[in-house]
Amino acid sequence: MTGKLLTINGLTKAYPGVIANDDVSFQITNGEVHALLGENGAGKSTLVKMIYGLVKPDAGSMTLNDAAYAPNEPRAARSAGVAMVFQHFSLFEALNVAENIALGMENPPAMGQLSAKISQVSGDYGLPLDPHRLVGDLSAGERQRVEIIRCLLQDPKLLIMDEPTSVLTPQEVDILFATLKLLREQGTSILYISHKLEEIRTLCDEATVLRGGKNVGTCIPRETSASAMAEMMVGTRLSPPQKAYKKLEKTVLQLNGLNLSPASPFGTSLKDITLEIRAGEILGIGGVAGNGQDELLGALSGEAKSAPQSVQMDGQNLGHLSPNARRKLGLLAAPEERLGHAAAPDMTLTENAMLTAAERENLQSNGFLNWTRSRSFAEKVIARFDVRTPGPENAARSLSGGNLQKFVIGREILQNPRVLVVNQPTWGVDASAAAAIRQALLDLAADGAAVLVISQDLDELMEITDRFAALNEGRLSAPVATSDLTVEKIGLMLGGAHGMEVAHDTVVHP
Amino acid sequence: MIRLEKRKQPSQVWSYLTPILAVIATMIAGGIMFWILGKNPFEAIRIIFWDPLFNTQFASYSRPQLLVKAAPLILIAIGLSLGFRAGVWNIGAEGQYVIGAICGAAVGLAFYPMESFIIFPLMVLAGAFGGFLWAMIPALLKIAFRTNEILVSLLLVYVADQLLASMALSTLRNPDGGGFPGSRNLQQYPSAANPELIAGTGAHWGVVAALIAVIFAYILLAKHKLGFQIKLAGQSPRAAHFAGVNTSVIIVVCLGLSGLLAGLAGLFEVAGPAGQISIDFASNYGFTAIIVAFLGRLHPVGILLAGLLMALTYIGGELAQLMLGIPLAAIQAFQGMLLFFLLAMDVLTDYRPVIGKAKVV
Repeated sequence: MTGKLLTINGLTKAYPGVIANDDVSFQITNGEVHALLGENGAGKSTLVKMIYGLVKPDAGSMTLNDAAYAPNEPRAARSAGVAMVFQHFSLFEALNVAENIALGMENPPAMGQLSAKISQVSGDYGLPLDPHRLVGDLSAGERQRVEIIRCLLQDPKLLIMDEPTSVLTPQEVDILFATLKLLREQGTSILYISHKLEEIRTLCDEATVLRGGKNVGTCIPRETSASAMAEMMVGTRLSPPQKAYKKLEKTVLQLNGLNLSPASPFGTSLKDITLEIRAGEILGIGGVAGNGQDELLGALSGEAKSAPQSVQMDGQNLGHLSPNARRKLGLLAAPEERLGHAAAPDMTLTENAMLTAAERENLQSNGFLNWTRSRSFAEKVIARFDVRTPGPENAARSLSGGNLQKFVIGREILQNPRVLVVNQPTWGVDASAAAAIRQALLDLAADGAAVLVISQDLDELMEITDRFAALNEGRLSAPVATSDLTVEKIGLMLGGAHGMEVAHDTVVHP
Repeated sequence: MIRLEKRKQPSQVWSYLTPILAVIATMIAGGIMFWILGKNPFEAIRIIFWDPLFNTQFASYSRPQLLVKAAPLILIAIGLSLGFRAGVWNIGAEGQYVIGAICGAAVGLAFYPMESFIIFPLMVLAGAFGGFLWAMIPALLKIAFRTNEILVSLLLVYVADQLLASMALSTLRNPDGGGFPGSRNLQQYPSAANPELIAGTGAHWGVVAALIAVIFAYILLAKHKLGFQIKLAGQSPRAAHFAGVNTSVIIVVCLGLSGLLAGLAGLFEVAGPAGQISIDFASNYGFTAIIVAFLGRLHPVGILLAGLLMALTYIGGELAQLMLGIPLAAIQAFQGMLLFFLLAMDVLTDYRPVIGKAKVV
């Protein structure tokens, strides 16, 4: 089948002060995997939201199967055969898989019937999933399967996937790709949004690149190099991060048998975590989401307290200290969730600078806050890390994800930490911002700080870390020198326990 | 068709304009209500908003009442606003107000008939402490057992009311009162009285305290670490935790301060305008202050203005009852409309109305 499925013609959407999409046109043919590439803020999300009926275009039109297509709500899009898997899942942890799927349906069938249907679809497409398990007990990859199966039950003609692999192990990515290829064979088109260029090269038939809201070109990913695509996306040449030569010094941070029970019922408990990081070193911690990453960051930032000697910096016990006491000593952290954890969404950047920098940047005296100094610190972060915003008086939530992430990381780095702990430093961040953040982390380590990078992006960990350890169900493996590892080996370290590698061997191709 | 579009940032202009629009909308809707009740709406609105201040016949009586009524509202609302900003919902200021009055009055009455300059300051301390302790009940229960402070503080209002009745009928009853319920009149006991400081203005010590509270709250929120932490805890609890904010401290501070200020308001009222502990001493200031806090956008200066406006509708409402025979319930509905319209208009600070259908060409 090669007919046109969806034709997008001159879609334009403007928000106050910014044109998110400017006259974007492209076509998706039946049974193709079409990539949508672009930096953060390039307008990918807005475009996809228009296709899915969440946002109405200001101008332009769409045609689906030769009929005019202008969904005014997601329900209309779904009934026209367009389904979407979001980057952030909308699932209830306390309900089971079948219940969650039923909640999203117009006329859910009886539970038993639905469960059978789920099992059947999950078998057909090689996505192992037990309809009776609680979503709270599922890994991120399994949760994504719930969302995918929810879409597949509608029998979509076009499936939109927003950065689907960001939470998966390499093995889970393989399962997902096999499923997507199967769907393509059956004639379903897929609109695939990602910033991982290698993935797009293996999976996608055609790619549309957005920059600054405009369609800047189309390419065949298989025939285009990753760096060429990156250049189309960014508009300039990217230089890969440079690792500087460094000699390792003494141990700065030490975790000694850290045990911690989670604050929430669906959290992961940390079990006997032991590690040490030396000055000038970047230690990477990989793992699939939900294996204790948030908890580990909390235990280090001071949000969760532990036994005093379980966290030691320069030989001093700090397991029992508050976040600010640790900041004072030089242990800084940047959590994964930018909005609502690392930064307060409705507060200005000046106020968000105060959030963590009050102690080390002398922004307060006797409890009184010095807003002038806080503002100039925020301006310094904005300037040094190329944060694109009109100024420090803008609310954090008005920034795009990548820019806010640069602000959050910059805020910690410019405080000159002894130890910096970051969780998912480049998650959902565009290629150029990600490169800038990675380079900044390398520079920080080269200046003698110890850096702990928790990430699910294995390429990132391979690129910048000196040693690597895997976090699996709250346990940390012994660290291994990164230079001795391949992505495949790491993948096995992380995902081996999940037992999902053979899933596709049992698929019965229809 | 009118649609609402979310703004990228809350609009500054609209956050100042919405209270004014809400007042205007209340006048219109209230006017219609008065018209349905068979009253002249223009006259009613004029009596409520204009006559208390400028009518040659009544103003000399009602103008001082403005400060008398506004002071406790502002004092209580300032305290409540701190908690509301932090997401700590003290709904029981009325109870803390009553307990503050009882404690303060009890200290004053204990010294009767001795005269000393120290008695009134001691009463002030006792009133503040009483309100503080009453508010500590929901605070500590919330910290220890995660109880809901809305329910606990609200139910404690009714406990305080019963305590008030008991005090008026037995413990604090005037021994020379011929068996009538109610304590001695503190206004007739110079060392314990809270007198009008400048004749004809209605300004008593409570007005001074309210002004100090406004300035204090302004500085706290704008310049002090604690104020920043309060805002942070309310807007983004997880970010607050990350920033090292201790939630328990915020709960204690917010409930404690609002209880303390409500207790002070009660003390100034019992030693001043009310004069005595009586069964009907509670006058809903503690509940009305919730409206005042929101009407003033939880901002100290806004609360100052909102308190004055609310006091005006009280005095004007009484006047309208007297002059036009408008029922009390209608006046209360009128005051309720004010909060209703304010909350409804709030949407404009976060959303922009767009006229016309979204175009799909």
